[in-house]
Amino acid sequence: MTNPFRKERKFIGEFLAEWSIRIVASLSIVIIFLIFFFVFREAASLFTTMNVGTANSKTETPAPRSADAQAAAPEQYSAETYGDAPETYGESDGAAEQYNPAVEVEPLPGTNILTPLNMNYPEIYNPETGSLPADINDPTPMGTFSVTEQPLSLWENLTSNVWQPVGVQPKFGMIPLLIGTAKTTVIAILLGAPLGILAAIFTAFFAPARVRNIVKPAIELLAGFPSVVVGFFCLVTVASFIQDNFDNTFRLNALVGGIGLALAVIPIVYAIAEDSLSAVPRTLWEASLALGSTKWQTAYRVMLPAAAPGVFAAVLLGIGRAFGETMIAIMATGNAALNSWSAFAPARTFAATIGSEMGEVVWGSEHYGVLFLLGTILFVVSFSLNAVTELYVKKRLIKRFQGR
Amino acid sequence: MQTFTGHIPYSKKVLGFFAVMVALIATVAILGIIVGMIGDFIIEGGPNITGAFLTEFPRNSNTEGGIFPALIGTTFLVMIMTIMGVPIGTATAIYLSEFAKQDSVFARSVRFAVNTLAGVPSIVFGLFGVGFFVQFLGKGLDNATGSSSFGDGSLLWASATLAVLTLPVVIVSVEEALRAVPRELREASLALGATRWQTIVRVVLPNAVSGILTGSILAVGRGAGEVATILFVGVTYSAEQLPGSITDKFMHLGYHLYVLATQSPDVDKTLPLQYATTLVLLALTFTLNFSAIFVRSRLRRN
Amino acid sequence: MAKELQAKIHASAFSVFYRDKQALHSVTLDIPERKVTAFIGPSGCGKSTFLRSINRMNDLVEGVRNEGRMIVDGTDVYDKSVDVVTLRRRIGMVFQKSIPFPKSIYENITYGMTLTERKTKAELDEIVESSLKRSALWEEVKDRLKNSALGLSGGQQQRLCIARAIAVNPDILLMDEPCSALDPISTGKVEELISELKDTYTIVLVTHNMQQAARVSDLTGFFLMGKLIEFDKTRTIFTSPAQKETEDYITGRFG
Repeated sequence: MTNPFRKERKFIGEFLAEWSIRIVASLSIVIIFLIFFFVFREAASLFTTMNVGTANSKTETPAPRSADAQAAAPEQYSAETYGDAPETYGESDGAAEQYNPAVEVEPLPGTNILTPLNMNYPEIYNPETGSLPADINDPTPMGTFSVTEQPLSLWENLTSNVWQPVGVQPKFGMIPLLIGTAKTTVIAILLGAPLGILAAIFTAFFAPARVRNIVKPAIELLAGFPSVVVGFFCLVTVASFIQDNFDNTFRLNALVGGIGLALAVIPIVYAIAEDSLSAVPRTLWEASLALGSTKWQTAYRVMLPAAAPGVFAAVLLGIGRAFGETMIAIMATGNAALNSWSAFAPARTFAATIGSEMGEVVWGSEHYGVLFLLGTILFVVSFSLNAVTELYVKKRLIKRFQGR
Repeated sequence: MQTFTGHIPYSKKVLGFFAVMVALIATVAILGIIVGMIGDFIIEGGPNITGAFLTEFPRNSNTEGGIFPALIGTTFLVMIMTIMGVPIGTATAIYLSEFAKQDSVFARSVRFAVNTLAGVPSIVFGLFGVGFFVQFLGKGLDNATGSSSFGDGSLLWASATLAVLTLPVVIVSVEEALRAVPRELREASLALGATRWQTIVRVVLPNAVSGILTGSILAVGRGAGEVATILFVGVTYSAEQLPGSITDKFMHLGYHLYVLATQSPDVDKTLPLQYATTLVLLALTFTLNFSAIFVRSRLRRN
Repeated sequence: MAKELQAKIHASAFSVFYRDKQALHSVTLDIPERKVTAFIGPSGCGKSTFLRSINRMNDLVEGVRNEGRMIVDGTDVYDKSVDVVTLRRRIGMVFQKSIPFPKSIYENITYGMTLTERKTKAELDEIVESSLKRSALWEEVKDRLKNSALGLSGGQQQRLCIARAIAVNPDILLMDEPCSALDPISTGKVEELISELKDTYTIVLVTHNMQQAARVSDLTGFFLMGKLIEFDKTRTIFTSPAQKETEDYITGRFG
C-alpha cells in the first residue's frame, strides 16, 4: 500500500533558505578567522619581506621632498605626529632629567588627514593636549640622519626600549608601549574593578527593589557613553582636577588615562558581576540568614565566594576592555612612549599607538607592519581573555550551581 | 534567660555597617560620576547648541561654524551599517535560536565566535577594515572593474567595518527576543503542519519584531559613538560637501570631537564647540539607547 | 489486510528515550478509529510522551530516540519515507495551554490552510465558518472574526484551537490535557465538543482528570512510570480494573 504521509510537495525554497541561514550564521566564525588572518597578514609582511632597520637605511641621505609619497613620508611624519615635540621639551625639562632631550627638532610643516590645513606647526602644541615626543628617550634625535648606527635585527628592534617609528633609523621598541599599556590597565582595574564589584554587591543584596531599578540601568547607561566622550571628559575635566590636586608636571598622564579607562571598565565589571551574583541560588541566601548570619556577612562571605568565577570573569573582561580601549587612551594618557612606571608620567598604550599612527603611516611600510603586529597582539590577548572566561569560568559556574 | 535581641558584639556591628557603607559609597560614586559628566556636558555645551550649529558647515579650519556634515555623515554611516549588519545578525540569531542543536560543535563555535567578536577591541576592527575591506576587497574590486573608487577608505567600508563590530549586539538582542517567543506557539504551528521555515516566518519573526528593532537601535547607538574603528577607513576631519556616494569620505561626530579636542590649532578657542559636539553625540546615543530600553521593556511585558 | 480491520493507530513495542533516560517502556496498543481513547496516569508517567510520539512532536526535543513501531494508517510514522509535515497535517493536535497565535480569529483558523495552498476568499470563509460551527464557537465570535484571538476567554481560546486544528481536515485529533487550564463550565463545553467530534475523528486524549476520562472516552489506558499498565474499555477500567496499580490509582490511593 502507498504511504499516506509521503511528501505532498517539495520545499526547495525552504531548503535553500535554511542553508542560507546556516551559512550566514557561520559568518561569525569566518569573521574571527578573517580578522586574525588579515591583521596578522599585514603584520607578517615584517617577517617575510622586510628586515626592519635595514630596509629604511636606504634613505640615508635626506630625501628631497618630491611627489613620491614614499620619499616624502618620513619628513611628513616627523612634522605631524611628533612635531609637537619642541615645546613639550621645554615644559618637561626641569622635571625629570631622564627626559633630557638631545637636540631640538626643526619640524617641517606638513599636512595630513589628522591635522587641519594651513596650520602653523610650533603653535600646535598646547598644554591642553600635552602630547610628549615619542622619541623622548632617544639619544639620536630624529631628523638627524645618522648612518653610523648599526642596523638592528627585527627582534632587537622590537624589544628595545625606544619607540621612535619615524626617522632614518626607525625604532620600534615595544618596551615603553608595554609599560604604558600595563600602567594604565592596572590603574583602570584597580579603580574600576572594586567600584564595579561593590556596586554590584550593593544592587544585588542591599538595595531595595525600587533603588535597584534605577541604579542598574543608570550604571548600564555608562556603557552607552561613546569612548571619545569619556576621553574628552578626562582630557578637559579630570585632567584639570588631578592637576589641581596633585600638582603633577604632566597634565595628561597615566593616572588621568587610567581613570578614563576605569569609566569604561566599570559598566562591564558591574554588569557581569551583578549577573553572576544574582545567579547564585536564592536558597543559599536564605539558608545563611536562617543560620543566624547577618545580611552583610551572607553577602560577603557566602554569596560573593559562590559567585567568584563570575566575578573573576568580570575582572578579566574588564582587563580586556581597558587593554584594548583606544580613544580614551589617545586623548587622556599624554600619549608619550616613556620608560617610566610613574602614574604621573604620560603613557602610550598599544591601542593608542595604532590609533594615532595608523592614519599617517605609509601603507605597506615596516611601520605599517609593526602597527599591525600591535593589532595582532591586541587581538590575541582579547581572544585569550574571552576564551578563558568562556571555556573555563562558565564551566566552573555551572559546576558550582548545578553540580554537573 | 536567653533573649532574641541585641547579642551582636559591637565590633561586628561596626564591621557590618562599614561593609554596607563601602558598597553604598561605591555605587554613589559611580552614579555621581555619571551625573557629573552629563551635567558638565549640559552646562557647558547646552548654551552652544543652536540651530546654526546643527545646520552649518564648519568654518575656518573647524574653529567656527557648525557640525552639519558630521551629523549627516554619522547618520549615513549608521544607516548603511544597519542595512548591512542587521540582516546578518538576525539570520545568525535565527540560526542559534531556531535551527541549532544546542550541543552541536557548530552551534557552540558560532556562539563562541559571537562572544569573542564582542570582546575584540574596536581598534582591531579598524585594522581589519583596512586589511580586509579596503586593501583586500576594495583593491580587489578596483583591479577587477578597473575603477579606482573602492581602494580607499570610504563611507561604504566604514559602514561595513562598523557592521561587523555591532554584529554581536544585534545577534544577542534578536536571539533574546526569539527565545522569548513561547515554545508552545512554535509547537502549535508545527502541529498544524507548518514547516519549520513557515513557523519562523509566520509565527516566530512577527513576535520578535520588537526584539529586532531593539537590536538594531542598540547597534546604531553603539556604532554612532564608535571612533577608533573608523579612524582609518574613510572618516575625514573636513569635508566641503556632504558625501554624495558610498565611496566618498565622510565626517563623523565622534571623530570631529576628537579632532577638535586634540588636533585643533587652538583648543581653548574651540572648547565651546567641543562641548556642544559632545552633547549632541551623547544626546544621539542616549536617545537611541533609551528607545531600545523602552522597546525592550514593552517586549518583556508582553 | 482489509483496512477496516486495522486499528487507526497501532503501537508495537514502542519505547522513547531522552538521552539515557527511558521515558516509555515498550508500549503496545491499538487505538480504534472514530472513538475517544483517553490516557490517564500521574504526571511524568509517559502518557504525553506517547501522545506526542504519534505526530512526532517529540522530534523537537533534543536527544530523543525511539524504538519499536508507531503505525498510523498502516504506515510507520518513523519510516524514512514519511514526511513529518504531511504527517502533522493529517494529525491535528490541541495543547494543554490554549495558545492562539497573536493574530485575528479569522487568521488563526486559516493559518493551517494557507500553509500549502492558495485558497480563494470564499473558500476560506466557508471553512472558517464550518470549523467554528463544529467547534461550537461560531455563534459567539461570528461578529468579531477580525478581532484578535487573544481577546477571547480561556475556554473560547481552547475551542478556537480545536477549530484551528480541524480546519486543516485531519482524521486524528490528539489532545494533550486540553482542559487542565479551564474552569468547569468551559471544560464542560470542550467535553461536549469532544463527544460530538468523535463521529468524524479519531480522538486521543491525555488527561490527568479521571472523571473526564470516564465521562468522554470509549477506551482508557493507564500509564505508570513509562509503562502502559492497562488498556481496556473505559467502563472496565473504572469498574473492574485487572491490575492492582490501576485500581490504586483510580481509587485515589496515589497520584
